[in-house]
Amino acid sequence: MAFNTEKNSYTVIFAVLMVIVVGSLLAFVASGLKPMIDENERFEKQQNILYAMGVNENEGDGDVAFVPTTEVEDVFSKFISQQLVLEGSEAVEKENAYLINVEKALAKAKSGEKAELPLLIGEKDGEKYYIIPMYGKGLWDAIWGYISVDENMEIKGVYFDHRGETPGLGANIKQRFFMDDFKGESIMDGNTYAGVNVAKGNNDPLNQDKEDNAVDALAGATITGNGVTAMIKESLKLYKPYLQTIRSN
Amino acid sequence: MALLSKKDANLIKDPLADNNPITIQVLGICSALAITAELKASVVMAISVLFVLGVGNVVISLLRNIIPSKIRIIVQLVVVAALVIIVDQVLKAFAYELSKTLSVFVGLIITNCIIMGRFEAFALGNGPWKSFLDGIGNALGYGVILVIVGFFRELLGSGTLFGIKVLGDPVAKTGLYSIGYENNGFMIIPPAALIVVGIIIWVQRSKNRALIEEA
Repeated sequence: MAFNTEKNSYTVIFAVLMVIVVGSLLAFVASGLKPMIDENERFEKQQNILYAMGVNENEGDGDVAFVPTTEVEDVFSKFISQQLVLEGSEAVEKENAYLINVEKALAKAKSGEKAELPLLIGEKDGEKYYIIPMYGKGLWDAIWGYISVDENMEIKGVYFDHRGETPGLGANIKQRFFMDDFKGESIMDGNTYAGVNVAKGNNDPLNQDKEDNAVDALAGATITGNGVTAMIKESLKLYKPYLQTIRSN
Repeated sequence: MALLSKKDANLIKDPLADNNPITIQVLGICSALAITAELKASVVMAISVLFVLGVGNVVISLLRNIIPSKIRIIVQLVVVAALVIIVDQVLKAFAYELSKTLSVFVGLIITNCIIMGRFEAFALGNGPWKSFLDGIGNALGYGVILVIVGFFRELLGSGTLFGIKVLGDPVAKTGLYSIGYENNGFMIIPPAALIVVGIIIWVQRSKNRALIEEA
């Protein structure tokens, strides 16, 4: 080709063109696919919330299995009876509260500003499940999840997810063997909302002691585990005023 | 007629053995340490790199005559980042489950030095077909090491392969664990990957002494 690729002017023009071409290509792809991506994310949220209240297709010891995407919308409206937003201990119903950006809401509430904290109430086999969204940070990036409790503040199920934890180590917080350990633990220690510690060396690898506010940590993922502990504690702190009103014990 | 000429075949074969990107060129060590704690992650990463390096090499090779040499590294980065992001977005729209598994690797792929290394060392000076073969070869060479390291780390560290408990249950003490075997927790932390890679390098060089550098 006849270009003199060493010339400064050529370099500048090439750089400008490259930025325009690649930039518009990416923008085009991103905006074209956005509706589909948004819908997938909405389904995923519904699946995660249902998972936390124990509505899933887990079999035996197998992997995490969600309600299939094709059915999730129906199942969601069947099991989730109320969608609330909290301001202090006040709870008002709000449509599609589960779509509220938890990261922003929690951050606002933490800094003392007015914020709408979403909380979902699910009903399964006549029992009520209070599903609390959580958001925190792991080793590399954000971690988040849902925790469902009953009136006795006993954990009925959890779901965790992460953006960039190390595969095979921190990423295992979304494996069943880790999440299942939380079931049956109490978030109360006496009268304080202690949450659940992801504890190293708690000498209870089978997690038979449900009174210790602790589950077995993941080897090699100390910081992610600490992140989960902190995330649960911080989120519960914000929901405490409301939880006080429903607590039966 | 053979499918590939001898020279072309060597472009694929060499990186698998005597010019392996990890053990000989010592590229891509960072990701080899980071994601080989389990076999599944190793395989996913190997396939992702195979795709990105194959396509990226071709793109760079096609552009090689018009890329200004002063900003070639930036251009390479842009090409690989744009490729990875587009694939990530398309997967998010049409194969959401798969994209969740892969999203962790996106950052690791963009910054993988094997990719930049092959763009710089090969694709900038060779035609598209050769560059494609070179990309595939190097990605396979990288993948082989990843899978070997992942195999040993997951087996010795967690007692599983692809998440399946092959050695018995460490908590319930069945299988190998019933006679006192324990998982080696060290194997699942990143330094263990360095040791496994080191052993592979040692074995490889003692078999082929020509690879040993003069001290």
